[in-house]
Parts: sequence; structure tokens; C-alpha cells
Amino acid sequence: MSLAKRIIPCLDVDGGRVVKGVQFVDIRDAGDPVEVAKRYNEQGADEITFLDITASHEGRETTIHMVEAIAEQVFIPLTVGGGIRKLEDIRNMLNAGADKVSINSAAITNPDFVREAAEKFGSQCIVIAIDAKKVSSEGEANKWEIFTHGGRKPTGIDAIEWAVKMTQLGAGEVLLTSMDKDGVKTGFDIELTRAISEAVDVPVIASGGVGNLQHLADGVTEGKADAVLAASIFHFGEHTVQEAKRHMQQQGIEVRL
Amino acid sequence: MSSKQCAVIDYGMGNLHSASKALEHVSNNTEIIVTSDPETILKSDHVVLPGVGAMRDCMAEIKRLGVDQVVAEVVKTKPLLGICVGMQALMNHSEENQGVDCLGHFPGEVKFFGRDLEENGEKLKVPHMGWNQVQQIAHPMWHNIEDNSRFYFVHSFYVEAENQEHVKGRGHYGKDFVAAIAKDNVFAVQFHPEKSHTSGLQLLQNFLQWDGQN
Repeated sequence: MSLAKRIIPCLDVDGGRVVKGVQFVDIRDAGDPVEVAKRYNEQGADEITFLDITASHEGRETTIHMVEAIAEQVFIPLTVGGGIRKLEDIRNMLNAGADKVSINSAAITNPDFVREAAEKFGSQCIVIAIDAKKVSSEGEANKWEIFTHGGRKPTGIDAIEWAVKMTQLGAGEVLLTSMDKDGVKTGFDIELTRAISEAVDVPVIASGGVGNLQHLADGVTEGKADAVLAASIFHFGEHTVQEAKRHMQQQGIEVRL
Repeated sequence: MSSKQCAVIDYGMGNLHSASKALEHVSNNTEIIVTSDPETILKSDHVVLPGVGAMRDCMAEIKRLGVDQVVAEVVKTKPLLGICVGMQALMNHSEENQGVDCLGHFPGEVKFFGRDLEENGEKLKVPHMGWNQVQQIAHPMWHNIEDNSRFYFVHSFYVEAENQEHVKGRGHYGKDFVAAIAKDNVFAVQFHPEKSHTSGLQLLQNFLQWDGQN
């Protein structure tokens, strides 16, 4: 008996539609979020994550209604990220039926926001989303830095130190995205994933770069991730979540079938 | 008109939307009401005590709203389902937040998993988060759920029961812990049935059909 490694399909949502871009450009429509979420639920997804990339206020309202609609039909954990800046945003999402929220840039502007959020709602529902990019050169010791604005803006913050600090402030989980790998389908940044996973006490979700089922397995066995997140390999019918789980199981990884 | 009523106790701490939506999903003729009103709770046929968050805040709200007295009444009279912190609150005492006295329905302690939790030399993360297996011990609440089915857990503290006869489900994460505990008409689980897909929904359905007998 042991804890299963989780597979988490991720839905980028804009104005109530699932979209998926390659490194934040070339956005393709991938369907109605409620239908997509139901499909992944039936395939055995362990959780579902929504990243709200909507910029407008109206779009946010749409997202809240979307979460409500999904939470009425999908009975697995739901995480919502994107645009979570105030305690009120968290409350709105939790009331709509989200189980966790992921905080990204608001933590960079004000790290104390993570502490307040964890104190108010509990660490179990506060995920720190970290977008990291390798800044060390070939031959140097590995170093990753936090980037914002879809990987365009450096912050000067060391990714490992940041992950440790955020979990000490109360984040209960880390959603780690490699900005070098995101959308390019060559696999997770394994070294980054392992470095963060070994540095923090809380579960780490690896994200960014999945192009085939072996990449998911590698994230767990080599990257030491507790959960793996992917979008496009599931959205466009290349693979089902069930296939991914069977592939992982064949390599001795504990999964929920 | 609905023939039966199930109250989900609202003391400001739970993810009540999830619990009530999942109960609605499986209820045939039971009305699901989210409430903190003692009268409504006491005239319901079934009662759910949910909970997330820190124990000190939970117990403070439970006492402030008089939920402790309501629960003391409910445990004598009708089926009660405790979920997660709702289960932990039914124990004697929790070591969370430098120690908190709880409702004392079940003798036993709520303990921290610890920062040095290990399994086969591998360090284990805390919170225990995700889908883990539950080894069942015969009880009507497990009707139609396969033994060792996986349920969704998220917790850093776990229950240690004093009376092994109360234990109705066991889990393991670095160490053995109580996944389900029961006595008479009270059944409580550490996992989140409302987030545990088919097995969880079956458990909630079993609860709405349970008469509180063993």
C-alpha cells in the first residue's frame, strides 16, 4: 500500500474556452472546459488544473462560473491558477468549488501574501506556481531563476531558494514549470525538478515539456516529482490519461488505475 | 417534497460546496442543506461534519457557533459522517497548533506525520496528498466499494485510535494511520469522499442510505 503518483491534465482557459499555445503563442482551441474536464475525469485523471489566462474582469467572472459548472459534475480535486492576487480571489475560487488555488506573480510582488493565504485557508489549498528558467551556462553549476510574464521577465530570484521560502511561508504544494521546456515536447527539465523536489518538504508537480508518455514516467523516477502535469498530449487525443497510467505502472510506478 | 434531509454543518471552515454538491449528486430523495442552525441540524435525518484548515481555528468556530453541543446531541440520535478535520475534531485531542482539545467522541490522539517521515529509505512529503489505498474493516458504509480502493487524502496530521474496535479503515504513509473510524451511528473518514470519484461517491451514497446500525 502506498501513495499513488498523480497525473494532472492542465487546461489553459481563456474567456471560458480551453486553449493551448506553444510557449504562450500559437494558441489553438481545445474545447469546452466542462466537456474536457469530464472526459479527463472519466479517463482517471487524479486532479485537474485550470490556468486562467484571461486578462479581463469579465473573463474572470466567466472562469468562476466555469469552475462552478465543473465542480457540480467532476468529483476529483480541482486547482485554479492565474490572476490570484487577493484573499478575495482565493475565497471566490474556493466557493465556486476549487479545492486549491495556485499563486504565481502575486507571491513575487508580495511574498507575505502566501503566508496570509495559508493562514486563512490552510496550506492544503495553497499551491505556489514557479516558472523557472536555467540561467547558468554550459559547464557551470546549475542555476535557475524565476521568470514572470510567460518567461520574458527575469526577477533575479533563485528558483530553489524561492521554493524553500514559499513552502516555509505555508504553500502546501509546488507547481514547477520549466520555461525552457514548456511547449517544446522534449521532456521535463529533470535536473530542475529533482533539485526543487529534494529541497522542499511538500509535494512537487512537474510541468512543462511533456511530449510523450515516457516523459511523464521520467518526471517521477528521475525528477522525483510527486505528480506530473501535461496538457497537449491529452488535449489533442494523442494519449488518454489511462494510457499514461498504464505506461507508468509498467515501469513500477504506483498509480491509481 | 423531499422525504429526507441531510445537513452539512457550516462552521465556516470546510469546502462545503464540494461536500454538498457530491451529496446532491448521489441523493435520490434527500435534500442537502448547508447550515449552522442547530434546529435545522437536529431535525435532519443525516448530518455531515466536514472540515479543512487548522484545528485551533476549527475548534474555536465549532465552540463559538455551539456546534459542539449540536454534535453531542447528534451522536446520540442519528447517522453522522465526519470528513477530514471533521473526523479529527471527533477525537479527544490534537497536537496541532501546540495542542487543542477536541470533541472527545472517540478516545485517541491526532498527531503530526513529522518532518522525517520515510519509507524504504525514501523521504516522504508532508502533507500526505493524493490517492492512497484504504484497507477496509467490515462496516455497512463500505457497501459496494472494493477493499483497498484508493481515496483522495490531504492532511499533515493523522488519527491514532485508543480503541482498535473503532477502527474501520486503515491507511499507510510511512506509518499506519486510521483512515476510517466508527462507533454506533457515527462514521468518520480521514480522506475526502467528495473528491474521491466513484469510490467516494459510493461512500456518500451509502451514508445517505445508512440507518446508523452496524
